[in-house]
Amino acid sequence: MSEGLKYSETHEWLKIEGEEATLGLTDYAQGELGDIVFVELPAVGQVLAPGDVLTTIESVKSVSELYAPVAGEVTDVNTALDADPAILNKNAEGEGWILKMKIAPDADVSGLMTAEQYEAHTKG
Amino acid sequence: MVRHFARLAEKNHHVDRAIYPLGSCTMKYNPRVNEDVAALEGLAGVHPEVEGEYAQGAIAMMYHLGRFLAEISGMDAVSLQPPAGASGELVGMLMVRAYHADRGDQRKTVIVPDSAHGTNPASVALAGYCTMEVASGPDGRIDVDELRREVDGDTAAVMITNPNTLGVFETRIQEIIDVVHEAGALAYLDGANLNASLGIARSGDAGFDIMHFNLHKTFSAPHGGGGPGSGPVGVKAHLTKYLPYPLASRDEAKAEGYEYFMDYDRPKSIGKVHAVYGNFLVMAKAYAYILTLGPEGLRRVAENAVLNANYLQALLEPHYELPYKGYCQHEFVLSATRQKEEHGVRALDIAKRLLDYGVHAPTIYFPLIVKEALMIEPTETESRESLDRFAEAMIAIARESEETPELVTGAPTSTPVGRMDEACAARELDVCSWDGDREE
Repeated sequence: MSEGLKYSETHEWLKIEGEEATLGLTDYAQGELGDIVFVELPAVGQVLAPGDVLTTIESVKSVSELYAPVAGEVTDVNTALDADPAILNKNAEGEGWILKMKIAPDADVSGLMTAEQYEAHTKG
Repeated sequence: MVRHFARLAEKNHHVDRAIYPLGSCTMKYNPRVNEDVAALEGLAGVHPEVEGEYAQGAIAMMYHLGRFLAEISGMDAVSLQPPAGASGELVGMLMVRAYHADRGDQRKTVIVPDSAHGTNPASVALAGYCTMEVASGPDGRIDVDELRREVDGDTAAVMITNPNTLGVFETRIQEIIDVVHEAGALAYLDGANLNASLGIARSGDAGFDIMHFNLHKTFSAPHGGGGPGSGPVGVKAHLTKYLPYPLASRDEAKAEGYEYFMDYDRPKSIGKVHAVYGNFLVMAKAYAYILTLGPEGLRRVAENAVLNANYLQALLEPHYELPYKGYCQHEFVLSATRQKEEHGVRALDIAKRLLDYGVHAPTIYFPLIVKEALMIEPTETESRESLDRFAEAMIAIARESEETPELVTGAPTSTPVGRMDEACAARELDVCSWDGDREE
């Protein structure tokens, strides 16, 4: 868990800097999924509503989906994950970021959790 | 040549060697006499396109196997054509579609519980429907109140596995089916777990409209090598016209030697789903099995399957988490969360370590609603000694997880092939250079 990041109930983390945000899969979630073997990246320019499916992540155990925690538009994706999805297992909350997005002006970020709250959520 | 195959057999694990307790797969002993039956010249040698009057025995066998399955399930008619369980599911969903289309009432969704086999939503999607998930309650059974909220005029069908993949019987099944029928939808039973209820409960009596059977699980035709399987589908009378054609049939008005025929004149049929009649010799094995056991024998299959599973569950409950408590049916699901949290040993490691004890690993990480799941189905064909040996291995591994976890996480060490790198195999999928050379 990293300080300064915001977390969602569906195991995404967000680093919010002004109207830009970087988004990824939480370290807790990568541990639950096990060895990740494929990440399907979204298209740059894709407009997201809260709850939209962002990506499909395939591990040796299962196939899971990540959801947009807030509204916005995809501005960049981490193409390094195409060649080496294992980055997500090594450093999910840093080098293993999945996408950058421009947050919609009216987006509601109040439902996101702090690191402490998310930790409590995963133990609950 | 003989030595080559004997060596391969020695390297392999199979049910002739030791227990094969794959949850949801019913890896029972397959009586060898079934192979003799399937090899009979009259069955193995008959050409599928020979005129019906020269193949009366073969058609009669299919007809009577269909009647047996109908009697076992409480259904009215059965098609033997689908070659596997998932194929049976798809046939079921295509018949659901045909039924609603005929009524001019095309619907959009099929409801599937969160404990279902992964093939259920796949069959739903292939038939052009969207899947809606219904959650399991704290007792592992379908949450009937949530089902009531989800079912509406768009619901085409509900797919249910009973007992479900947790090995728990849906005790409110009657109520569930009433909810489904009141909304004008159909109730589908995934028959993968029929081994638990043979001769005891019939899906047709509970009100199900459609179900599939797995001849290669419940009825002892071999499987596990990729088939061939056989997934017959049974329906209630109001859906018979949609069954795949041709259907093995009997015209009692005709003289003996001419009465059995393959009925192609079925205008409302969803069509053919397999070449000729399906996997004919798999049917022969299942037919021999049913005739050998008879009604009392089939009931004993279910009784012993349930007894064996409960015996193992009772032996293992002190050593592993049992998320859904109480008596189980033919299988039960343990969780390795205690071993993972306290010692870093995952369900995968426990499964691999079992190989060192000469036991096939159970199904792991399924059903999805149990963390670190180990899904165990011993079947009725294991003796008490064999169950005890399996339990001893599981208990020894629980102890090793505490004392020497690296032994478990590094397993297997005694098999012809050691721990596979599954992540590497999936990340660097390259089936062309199979000599082991990979481009770096």
